[in-house]
Amino acid sequence: MRRLLIAIPYLWLLALFIVPFVIVFKISLSDLAVAIPPYTPTLDIAEGWAGFKAFLSELDFENYIWLTEDALYWKAYLSSLKIAVISTLLTLLVGYPIAYGMARAPEEWRAMLFMLVILPFWTSFLIRVYSWMGILSQEGYLNQLLLWIGVINEPLVILNTNIAVYIGIVYTYLPFMILPIYAALEKLDISLLEAAEDLGCSRFSAFWLVTIPLSKQGIIAGSFLVFIPTIGEFVIPSLLGGSRTLMIGKVLWEEFFSNRDWPVASAVAVVLLLILIIPIVLFQRNEQKQREADQ
Amino acid sequence: MRRMTWFNVTSLTFGFAFLYLPMVILIIYSFNESKLVTVWAGFSTKWYGEVLRNTAFLDAAWVTVKVAFLSSCLATVLGTMAAIVMVRAGRFRGRTLFSGMIYAPMVMPEVITGLSLLLLFISLGMDRGVFTIVLAHTTFAMCYVSVVVSSRLVSFDQSLEEAALDLGCSPVQAFRLVTLPIIAPAVISGWLLAFTLSLDDLVIASFTSGPSATTLPMKIWSSVRLGVSPEINALSTIMILVVAIGVITASLINKRNVMRQRREEAAADKLA
Repeated sequence: MRRLLIAIPYLWLLALFIVPFVIVFKISLSDLAVAIPPYTPTLDIAEGWAGFKAFLSELDFENYIWLTEDALYWKAYLSSLKIAVISTLLTLLVGYPIAYGMARAPEEWRAMLFMLVILPFWTSFLIRVYSWMGILSQEGYLNQLLLWIGVINEPLVILNTNIAVYIGIVYTYLPFMILPIYAALEKLDISLLEAAEDLGCSRFSAFWLVTIPLSKQGIIAGSFLVFIPTIGEFVIPSLLGGSRTLMIGKVLWEEFFSNRDWPVASAVAVVLLLILIIPIVLFQRNEQKQREADQ
Repeated sequence: MRRMTWFNVTSLTFGFAFLYLPMVILIIYSFNESKLVTVWAGFSTKWYGEVLRNTAFLDAAWVTVKVAFLSSCLATVLGTMAAIVMVRAGRFRGRTLFSGMIYAPMVMPEVITGLSLLLLFISLGMDRGVFTIVLAHTTFAMCYVSVVVSSRLVSFDQSLEEAALDLGCSPVQAFRLVTLPIIAPAVISGWLLAFTLSLDDLVIASFTSGPSATTLPMKIWSSVRLGVSPEINALSTIMILVVAIGVITASLINKRNVMRQRREEAAADKLA
């Protein structure tokens, strides 16, 4: 009974999560071919040990070498990292005051505010990104408003630039940043701040020396929750970014669907995974620490 | 002492305006008469008529609901099992790998999950369509379900289960009569989460579906890439309202249940 209980979800995840990665890795080592499916496998399991030996003798990392030789991929990885770092910082700047305001709001409001942060999370991601296309375009609502006020004389070009990508990321990932910070701030004992002020701290230095350090765990958790998925983001750069917005998720998609180069798409995926392992492990460790601190 | 300074009020006002204004604008302009989306030309509901007459949208919506229903039910069963394994099964071989497999799909970029599942389906020679999307969605949604359910399993009093076992229940009976009713709210919210995750997904569905199945997000995607359109505004409004009504109803029911539970507990305390 217990065995069965463990085995069913275990086998499901092995078959549909681990095995696919092994296949991706295998295909990333194979060669492109004009066929269906469009690659020639270099490892033929059916031939057993002989096949494995043949595989080893012919093993090359040409798709990976290709990734290092073509500047497109380097630039795409680096610009994904850059966009992810900048938008994580921006989300923190926007999200912290909101989380802080929520934690300081009267008790009876808080459940409502919490609900209001979660609600957009349930709405379609695609629709939320799409809603910015009408706002940011040349003849969009933002330009109409700014022209009407008279701040600008001609419409700003925002849609199809990196600025639009930053706005889209901050907007869609904001709840991921707010919730962990709010959870940390809500636990914060307000008498600590009073003590700091009694001891001569200004309000600002009390915030800087007490509130920020005590909400560190929430800041770290929120930043990882924004940073990790942003690196592989595909929808936002495709809809809001321009042709010059390079992000690795978009490159992978195009390599697969437009160029039909499965081996290179697989190699792109393997490298992306290797890049992500570091932040994912750091994130898990932070969560672990927090769980231990809670007990 | 609670301090609600002007700073907090402003940051909350601006913050929530930022979160909600884009959707409010979208909803308002879905009632725009004009074909030019950004120019207001009077109130009209004609785009809603267009959406409801567009059979491509309706077919895609039907596929999406079918996929979401099947995958969320499967994900709830598998995810609840996984949660019980994580919280109650103690040590077993490969436990670290198991918990890794539960957490990893949640942070995995969708392009990687989609690509790897597609390559699996192809190497198995499976026909792609509704069935393969269901398999894909079940896999990532079960991880979310198991996190939601295990947080409830951790927090409830395990001695209730032990009492049931002492009183002669079989483990299956104890689960059905004691554990399941207690974790039911978490199981239901896990199901809801799995359902909306599946409704929402574009990237994984695009990779794992074949020519026979197009989901609503895929349909919206192919039209949105060409720019803003009044039809999509109307369709989006319908989707936003359906989700909002669903979530608000669910949370009201949940709140009522919590209140009732509290009343019952208070009554029990009085008796004791």
